[in-house]
Parts: sequence; C-alpha cells; structure tokens
Amino acid sequence: MTSEPPSPAPTLQDIWTTLRATTPARIGLGRVGNTLPLADVLDFQLAHARARDAVHAPLDADALAADLAPLPVVQVCSDAPDRPTYLRRPDLGRTLSKASFSALPPAGDGCDVLFVIGDGLSATGVQSGAAALVRACIAELHGLSIGPVIIAWQARVALGDPLGEALRARVVVVVIGERPGLSVADSLGLYLTYGPRPGRADSERNCISNIHAAGGLSPAAAAALLGRLLRESLRLGLSGVDLKDDAALLLAGPGTASAYTPIEETPSR
Amino acid sequence: MRYSCDLGGERHAFGSLAHVLACASPARSGDELAGLAAHSAAQRVAARRVLADLPLDHFLNEALVPYEADEVTRLIIDSHDAAAFARLSHLTVGGFRDWLLDTVTDAAALAAVARGLTPEMVAAVSKLMRNQDLIAVARKARVVTAFRNTIGLEGRLATRLQPNHPADDPLGIAAAVFDGLLHGVGDAVIGINPATDSVPGAATLIHMLDDLRQAYDIPTQTCVLTHVTNALEIIARGAPVDLVFQSIAGSEAANRGFGVDLAILKEAQDAALGLNRGTVGHNVMYFETGQGAALSANAHHGVDQQTMETRAYAVARAFDPLLVNTVVGFIGPEYLYDGKQIIRAGLEDHFCGKLLGVPMGVDVCYTNHAEADQDDMDTLMTLLTVAGCSFLICVPGSDDVMLSYQSLSNHDALTLRAMMGVRPAPEFEAWLDRMGMLDAAGGIRALASGTVPPLARLVGA
Repeated sequence: MTSEPPSPAPTLQDIWTTLRATTPARIGLGRVGNTLPLADVLDFQLAHARARDAVHAPLDADALAADLAPLPVVQVCSDAPDRPTYLRRPDLGRTLSKASFSALPPAGDGCDVLFVIGDGLSATGVQSGAAALVRACIAELHGLSIGPVIIAWQARVALGDPLGEALRARVVVVVIGERPGLSVADSLGLYLTYGPRPGRADSERNCISNIHAAGGLSPAAAAALLGRLLRESLRLGLSGVDLKDDAALLLAGPGTASAYTPIEETPSR
Repeated sequence: MRYSCDLGGERHAFGSLAHVLACASPARSGDELAGLAAHSAAQRVAARRVLADLPLDHFLNEALVPYEADEVTRLIIDSHDAAAFARLSHLTVGGFRDWLLDTVTDAAALAAVARGLTPEMVAAVSKLMRNQDLIAVARKARVVTAFRNTIGLEGRLATRLQPNHPADDPLGIAAAVFDGLLHGVGDAVIGINPATDSVPGAATLIHMLDDLRQAYDIPTQTCVLTHVTNALEIIARGAPVDLVFQSIAGSEAANRGFGVDLAILKEAQDAALGLNRGTVGHNVMYFETGQGAALSANAHHGVDQQTMETRAYAVARAFDPLLVNTVVGFIGPEYLYDGKQIIRAGLEDHFCGKLLGVPMGVDVCYTNHAEADQDDMDTLMTLLTVAGCSFLICVPGSDDVMLSYQSLSNHDALTLRAMMGVRPAPEFEAWLDRMGMLDAAGGIRALASGTVPPLARLVGA
C-alpha cells in the first residue's frame, strides 16, 4: 500500500483496469457532470431488470417435470395465490393449500429423503438449474429411499415441513430460488431439515447457499456437501446448528452473513 | 381509557393504545403481515382523530410493552427527564404536532425537550404528520456528534463509504475505498460489512482500514460492522477500533435475537472509550436499525413496526452514538412493500431519531423483490437532504456486491452536494482541499483520465 509508483507512471485508466480485477464492485465508472455516464446507467438498469424479471417470472412446472423425467413428480401450491401476495405474506408461502394437501399421493411407509423444488424468489434459477441439482444430489444418496420430487409454486423454505410430514420423510431437502442480486439472478439454495413438521425453526435447518454458474458453488460440489450432511443428519437424528461439516458451510443464523443472503434469513448487518 | 370517536355517522372503537397507534400508521405491509393494520382507510383516519386528542402524558402512564418484562421499556421510563417534559406536559398529541410546526419552535427548543420525549410520543405524533411536516420539523433539529470530525452541523451532509467485498478481499476493499474517497465520500465512517463475521477476519480488516486512514491522515473514522461481542474481543487483542457497531431493535426480546442486551452495549461503549482514539469528540458507537426488525424476530409485542423502530432510538441514545442509521429498504417487501412505503418510512425514521436527539442517518436502499427502483432512491435522498439528514450511505455504482441490494452511489453524493449546496464535515472538507480534490466552488474535482491522484498510493499505484 505504500510502495513507490512503478515506472513509467500508470494513468488513472491503467489503475482502474488493475483494480477492477480485485472486486466485482462498480468502481471507476467515470463522471458526466456530477452523475454517471449513460452507458453505466443502462448497464445497471439491465442488471436490475434481469433481477426483477427473475423475481416475477412464473415457474413452468410442466417443463420442469419433463426435465426431471423419469423421476416421479407431484405438483403443489402454497396458500399464496399469486406473486404480489407471496411477496407480502411470507407466512402464506409456508403453508400448503388445502387442494394440494388432499391431492398428495399416499405416504405408504414414507421415505428417507423428500426433495421439494420451490420457486422461491427466482423461478428463473429453478427453471434452469433445479433438475440437474436434484439429479446430482440423488446420485450422492445411494442406499437411501427417495420420495417423489415435489414441485411447489409460491413456496418458501418452510413449505417443506408440511410436505415432509405428510409424506413421512425422515429428511426434507428444499431446493429454492434465492433472492436475485444485480450480478447473479439465478442462484439456488438447498435447505435440509431432519424430522420435518410445521413449526420447525430456521435454526433447525442447514443451508447450502449460493449455487450458480457465475462463480458460485457448482451443483456437483453442492450435492457432495449435501450427501455428507444428510448422512450425518440421519446418523445423529438432527439438523441445524448442531450439525456441522468440515467444508465451508453457510449456516443461517445470527451473526452470519453470506455472499447471497438466504431468502428466509433475517437481514444481518 | 376508552379509545373511540364518531366519524361521519360511524362509531370507531379501539381496544388499546397499541391498537390506536397501529391503525393510525400509514399503510405498510409489515403491519398487515402482523395483523395490526387498519382494516379500512376510514378507520385509519378515525385512529388519527383519537390519537390527536390523547394527552401526551398518557404515554408515561400506559406502557405498550410491559415495564416488568422489557428492559427497553425500563430504560425509557427510568431515564425520562420530567423537567424537560414540563413545557409539553399540558399538550395533546395533536397539540404537540402544532408546537413542532410552529415557526417559533427552533433548534434550541427541540434540543431542550428531547430528553423529555419518549419514543412512543414521537412515533405517535409522526403518524399525524404528512411527509412535508416530517421534513420541516427534522430540518430544524440539530444533533451534533464528533470523533475525528464533526457530524450533524447545519448545511453539512456526511456520507458513509461502504466498500464491501463478497470475499473480504483486502485489495478489493481498498479499491472501493479509493473510489469513494475520489468522490469525496467517507466522512461519516469508512465502514465494511464483513462477508464472514469472525474475530480474526474482522481484526484483519480493522488493521487494514486503519493503515489506509493513517497513510493520508484522513480525518474520519473506520469501522468493521462485526457483532459487538467480536468487537470486544478485538479491542482486547489490541486492534485499532474507532467505532463499535451493533444492529439494535426496540424490545429486549428483539435485541436478544441480535445477541445483545443493554449491559453488553454499555461494556462495549466503555471499552471503546478506553481506547481514547477520538480527536475532536468521543462518540464511539455506531448503530443500525430498521422497521420490521422486531416483527421478524417475533418480538414486537403487538405494537406496530414504526413505533417499535422508534423505541430502538431510545436504546441508541443511551450510548451517545456518533452515528445511527435506519437501513430503510433492506429488510424486504413484507415490511415495506414499495417505493412509497420506503420513502415514508425513511422520513419517519429520520424525524423520530432527530426529535429524540439521535444523530440520524439513512441507508437509502431497496432489494430486488421490492417494488422500488433508483428513481425512488433519488426522491428519498433529495427529501432527506432537505430534511437535514446527518449522513447517507454510498457504495460504488449503487450496487452492494456483498449484501446484494442497492443503495446510493458515490455519484449521488456529488449530485446532492451540487444540487443542494450541502458540504462534507468541516475537518474532512479541509482534508479534501489539502489533497487538491476541491474545485473553486467547493465541489469535488473531476479527474482527467491521464492524471493520477495522490490518493492512488492507497491502492499501491
């Protein structure tokens, strides 16, 4: 930080070129009068538009079911009837609609693991990445029984609780679209809950966040991490803050901030 | 006491003081989520009629959150200054609104009553005030604090430089600090939200920021916004901590959700004061708040989110902070749905903080799932600057690449200074001048692309 300038002295443009490699932040943007150049304004607007579109795009559940074939699929809805309600009423996104509940298949003897794919705050991310992620996860779970894959509309993470209970799953894994940022609009999160039932606290879940192609966790890496956590969860009979993994794991909880805040987390500053 | 009124032939009754306050609040999604909001627009006006006629001292006799159950209520009641309240004690809430707007009520009058006001009184009167009223009164209030520079003077607007990085990379952070300083940003604080909240990580960043500050003898303060218990540990290890940061809320239970209580905040304040690092003042605490924090922790006690937010300022003022800001649009649309709600909340929070004597700033911001955009932020930053806001938060290009939300840009600070004539803190402004960064009109000089500013040494160039 206090080294002498190299020779020949770089221009400000040279300095910004070097510095841009150190951070994704929008540094060195230049000035028109006291404001931003138009090109930077439009770049920002495009990033925001993509994030907004990701929040509001509807999930094409039939297309996702086709991507998941031949895995058996069940489609359900939360109690939030539409996107505006979903955004205002997170509580409604956590409960299963009556119609969906009565249409669930019989639980039979239950299963070890139930996957629930929820649109969350990025149907775009779910549409493009959830099927491959679920396949990668199932490949890590040899010897365990897997229930039908649930595709859930207007879903929050806790919607996995009534579904897991109804289908008698030992563990429910919710795959969900995370809140889009300007740089990444299609990030996915995985939430693991042992013994799912309504009323589970967020501290009883484990979260693997930031799964996306733009420098995030790869589906294979996320699936490997989930596999280790899930087997440990079944062995210990618990999930949440008492379940740890040696790999860097993003746990939702007070005092923790991750690069992409898990959508259900109380903002932590 | 009965809370009711007749309005246009219809009788409106409210079951409790909390019910009156909640129904009197301007519409917002968080109160709807909590089931506390007025069920009709007419009921909202009826609640305001009831509120207008309530004596101010009623709030001293009826606690919204029980005294026995909540240390924040005990703090509010036990620290109430009856002598300061005496000149207002005969007023109703409506009469208090008129007194605030009276042109003879000036900065000295507002300062004289600040310790006689409770957050509930201030929240109540804000519900009777339009946006222009919130601006007009806040503009009259002065709350001046100091550490290495002076915040809150008339005609000044300070800025927090927020150089966050998704991996806490020191060079990446230094690059964003460089960008901010070149825009004249950073007099309130150079403050990092760490991506990973750990003692060694935060200590590394604190040393780095202090080295940067000392390299150019910048008259400002630095902060890594880590948990208060981490800050205590970092101080014990001898790191150069200027300000201790903590998120706070308006009830004991909500603060417990943040992992803090009043005792630990006092311990942290004492520890930071013990370092004696301030040069022109000794305000060593930095707090962030935001409407919805109590509800999201299920610790709102059936009280509306704006009143709970105002109670957080009573917590803040007990520790003589240098800076307090509401992170107004950060928590999401389930609490503040759109630009209209965010703008209103920003003005309320600033007004209520200032009236209570808190050095109030605002993070003018929104998330991508809120119905808001940069146009709304332009409106709010302009209104807050008219209202005499102590400081605003700026990030490069409005894009916080660690917290994934949008705040103001460093350019917005340039715009506000040019448009509204507001200047940085005087000590920081003098430093900018020494560095050759001010133009003849006192604005920040635009750099020609071929030149290299002296500050470039900050980033090793």
